Amino acid sequence: MEATAEKAEEKKYVDAGIQKGLDALTPEKVEKAINRVFRAETGARLKAYEEICVRCGLCADGCHYYLSHEGDPAYAPVGKVKQTLWKLLKKRGRITPEELERVALVAYTECNLCRRCAMYCPLGIDTAYIITVVRRLCHLLGITPRYIQDTAHSHSVTMNQMWVKEDEWIDSLLWQEEEAREEIPTLRIPLDKEGADIMYSVIAPEPKFQPQLIYYAAVILNECGMDWTMPSMPGWDNSDMAMFTGDVELMGRLKRSHFERAQKLRVKRVVMGECGHAFRAVYDVGNRWLGWRDFPVEVVHAIDFYWQMLQEGRLKVKKKFERPVTLHDPCNIVRGRGLHEKARDLVRAFCSNFTEMHPNREHNYCCCAGGGVINCGPPYKKVRVEGNSIKADQLKATGAEVVIAPCHNCHSGLKDIIEAYDVGMELSFFSEIIYECMEKPNAVEG
Amino acid sequence: MIGQSSWDWQPGKRRIQEAAACSSDVVWMEEPVASPDGERLAVVVNLEDAVFGLCVNGELLEETFEKIWGLGFSPDGRMTAIVSREMEWTVAVEGVPWETTFGFVWNLSFSRSGDRIGAAVQQEMSYGVAVDGVPWPELFDNASNFALSADGLHSAAVVQTVSMGAADIEAFQKGCYSIAVDAKAWDRSFVNVWSPVFDPEGSRVAAQSRQSLYDYTVVVDGTPWDQTFASVWEPAFHPKSGAVVAPVRSGGKWGMAENGTLVWPARYSQLWHQAFDESGATLAAIAAPSYGRFTVAVNDRPWENSFSVMTDLAMSPDGRHIGALGKEEDDWTVIVDDRPWPGRYDMIYPISVSPDGGHAAVRAERNGRFLIVLDGKEYGETFERAWDPIFNPEGDKVLIRGIQEGTCFRIVAGVEDF
Repeated sequence: MEATAEKAEEKKYVDAGIQKGLDALTPEKVEKAINRVFRAETGARLKAYEEICVRCGLCADGCHYYLSHEGDPAYAPVGKVKQTLWKLLKKRGRITPEELERVALVAYTECNLCRRCAMYCPLGIDTAYIITVVRRLCHLLGITPRYIQDTAHSHSVTMNQMWVKEDEWIDSLLWQEEEAREEIPTLRIPLDKEGADIMYSVIAPEPKFQPQLIYYAAVILNECGMDWTMPSMPGWDNSDMAMFTGDVELMGRLKRSHFERAQKLRVKRVVMGECGHAFRAVYDVGNRWLGWRDFPVEVVHAIDFYWQMLQEGRLKVKKKFERPVTLHDPCNIVRGRGLHEKARDLVRAFCSNFTEMHPNREHNYCCCAGGGVINCGPPYKKVRVEGNSIKADQLKATGAEVVIAPCHNCHSGLKDIIEAYDVGMELSFFSEIIYECMEKPNAVEG
Repeated sequence: MIGQSSWDWQPGKRRIQEAAACSSDVVWMEEPVASPDGERLAVVVNLEDAVFGLCVNGELLEETFEKIWGLGFSPDGRMTAIVSREMEWTVAVEGVPWETTFGFVWNLSFSRSGDRIGAAVQQEMSYGVAVDGVPWPELFDNASNFALSADGLHSAAVVQTVSMGAADIEAFQKGCYSIAVDAKAWDRSFVNVWSPVFDPEGSRVAAQSRQSLYDYTVVVDGTPWDQTFASVWEPAFHPKSGAVVAPVRSGGKWGMAENGTLVWPARYSQLWHQAFDESGATLAAIAAPSYGRFTVAVNDRPWENSFSVMTDLAMSPDGRHIGALGKEEDDWTVIVDDRPWPGRYDMIYPISVSPDGGHAAVRAERNGRFLIVLDGKEYGETFERAWDPIFNPEGDKVLIRGIQEGTCFRIVAGVEDF
């Protein structure tokens, strides 16, 4: 199940983030980190997974990498565990730098932590958890790919993942408010409105590259008559690449910033934009690391929020989106949170020509860019695009012109798949379609 | 708040202003803000496309701006807002802008008395702090986490001391960030440094820091503690000895360290928001003695009552009374000295403690109406909107500011009226 010689031959890029760490390692350091992670930081769950796996290989068909590589066992989830966890447990401090490099590459660039394979394991082993533990070890060893490490650095300084400075964030909101007033003169993006019902939070790529998504959200929130706000100070970014690098201490710091900002504003709930991993970080991982069993402020994903608005009659459909659409089910909000039927209710409400992709819902294939993989940067684009030809086939089979992907990482991953395999499909967030098709009672005509 | 002794403390209810009234025609208005003494109601109004004004007690102030945000009042009762004209930003005090303008202004902060106003500023893509309109003489590639000392004479911020290229993780990990106090950066830079905190006199500064990707500690006036930890939270100065205490993570649990040495053993699932009383004899913090259960620990002794969420620690000056807000399911309550108040609310705002420490009061929300609650007893009137209650200097009266049926009132109630 080792990587093939051909693949090793292709692997010419030297990742400064990984190489620098490898250069500084000694067997003692490796042994110490392994002991810390496997003895002090993990417990029965990891041990049980390690001991009960019968190597049946039924997880293999759950993985898009495996399916896209013609059944190469190196890409089966169990194959990835063999190349990482089992190797580490077996060799411990005697593991070679070359083997450690392979551990890091498998953990960070060949697994999206999508948890699809966990559904096919007859023993319920969550391989994503195992790979997360391996990433934690890689973080402690300092062998994290450069670009995702830089994202974590950004998080640590700015509390957002895109090095957005404090003034740039506020300025982006004021700018989008001004733009939106051309369409809806009374529209506001209320900053720091204490006691609002909702704090709307986003991930940093929105102010950095996609400010129109803030515009659309503002229109939807305003036209639905919501009492909402956005914070002017850090805590506005709900994303968390530290969760994916294995830097759990930083992850906790980020999630604290997010929740305490909401608590300070005294909002009843946080509505998050269309992002999957951020939702996972907030409702499942970061909150629990901080000691909360649940989230300290209710968190609602955009799909859930739009669905609620539709049910309450606040969000009204003016016209249907006519072009043929299909829906991509993001792992963190479907397998992780069960929002698939609500997403379909939205699609059917706003779109007249919907075709399911197959498999779908919790069985959907991963986009191959989540789990921090896209943040590992351009050097690994080929790995993830080649690792998801199955997705291209799945998309093509729908015959749709537009794929709705309510997650930023899914967008980025699918964009590359669509381009690389000439799928001929456009991408959309729900907010874009809703904005286009909803009633806007306060908008100026024309 | 400052100057309460000169406020009108005559018991009774007085109408201040119609909340939605302004002397000029307006297109729309934002949420009103009440002054600390309850005598004024201010609101941002939109007059026409890209023209905004400030309306105080129904009267439109002369100056108008292209944009206004961050309307509020300083502790001494001056109305402040962040305003913009022709792409330049500044702070307007009582509607009059500072003479100095900037590329951007944000994060208004006040000295304890309110006599000094500070803000984070950006000028030609360099960053720093301005106090009363005077910017730091030296600005930086980036500045954030701005803090003002209690007397307002000193300001500090996290600053970038070394320029970095894109994705230059090597340079980052050598340390590119420090704290600048009054525009002068500490000699040492760090991988990270967060949230500077002044001592009560404003002469010393402590901050959280990361020495490497793995080693966290506290830095005091530029010098890190000798010990490092898996993580740390905000430090606080002992009011008498000047010792610095901070929650630290060790062995997967949180404890309290003083000058780098654990003084509360690391046994908590979480520990943060610590505070001293005026003498320094009492140190309290929000703590989770077991996973998922939060309470208050006083001198390392947790209360018996615990909640799934706990926030907003408050303490009387003498440390004899300590309060916090607790949440279970969707219901919030106030807990004072380990005794929960009977009322349950949809939201509760920070606790106000009377100067003598004998009473605690909060603004709370239930079913969309606001109430004022003192020592667990609700005042008889409810409001569409309200602001935090304020005690008189003697601690026997409470100023209530709220809007009822579109009109803002100020009510002075005796503590016996609850």
